[in-house]
Amino acid sequence: MVTVALSFSPIPAHVGTARLVAAAVARRAGIEESALDEVRWAVDEACSRAVRLHQRYRLAEPVEVTLSDEEHRLVVVVTDRGPTVDRLAEPEELIDLDRLIDLDSLGAPAGTDSGAASADSLPLDFGLAVVAGLVEDLAVSPASARAAATGGTAVAMSWPLA
Amino acid sequence: MDLSLSTRTEGERTVVVVTGEIDVYTAPKLREQLVDLVNGGSYHLVVDMEGVDFLDSTGLGVLVGGLKRVRAHEGSLQLVCTQERILKIFRITGLTKVFSIHPSVAEAVAAQD
Repeated sequence: MVTVALSFSPIPAHVGTARLVAAAVARRAGIEESALDEVRWAVDEACSRAVRLHQRYRLAEPVEVTLSDEEHRLVVVVTDRGPTVDRLAEPEELIDLDRLIDLDSLGAPAGTDSGAASADSLPLDFGLAVVAGLVEDLAVSPASARAAATGGTAVAMSWPLA
Repeated sequence: MDLSLSTRTEGERTVVVVTGEIDVYTAPKLREQLVDLVNGGSYHLVVDMEGVDFLDSTGLGVLVGGLKRVRAHEGSLQLVCTQERILKIFRITGLTKVFSIHPSVAEAVAAQD
């Protein structure tokens, strides 16, 4: 049962809005205080990734977030309209920490496309890839049955409720 | 959902005090501040994160960018943070390998680069 649905223009200012809404819904649903920071961070990374994707591909469509209380779990789904992915890379595939601050490399693992990071940003998928290692239940899938035509990825995450 | 910055000098270092949330919306402001400092010839920076309520990968990217910029001038960027919820983010992302994080500005200023 969807408790709250949020749809926001893909601009950075609204990622903070999504964090506030997620924290409010999570608290109301009874999430443990210790998990609240994790929920906020996970929703932030998924929404930030979606906004950056929409900006990269010049998509005006909104980013969609749904938050639901389902069978004693808080379920959050963040859906973007960028190219569909069905797998997130591991953080190590995106960044080589030993090379991150080398002045002549962009921190990309040896042998990969060094367009991955710019001087001031980590690869688009890095934040969510890190969160995926932390959140017990996180999955990415095509946004809908029509994903091949319309594109889009749904990032679904859930946490236990007390 | 706001970010405020202030700067001061302490000896050879410039201390940047950050208050608020560092995310995809506010991080550009921090980036601009770090760029301005380096362009102005300040290559030994201390970023005081004690007032930071939220930090994500976008914020980390800006800090990495700042570190690279000062390193290009043989400078340094030290961080100050005792908040476990923020330190955790550096640990989980592996970035404790990349940054020197100190428990106080005094210790950061005194650090060997």
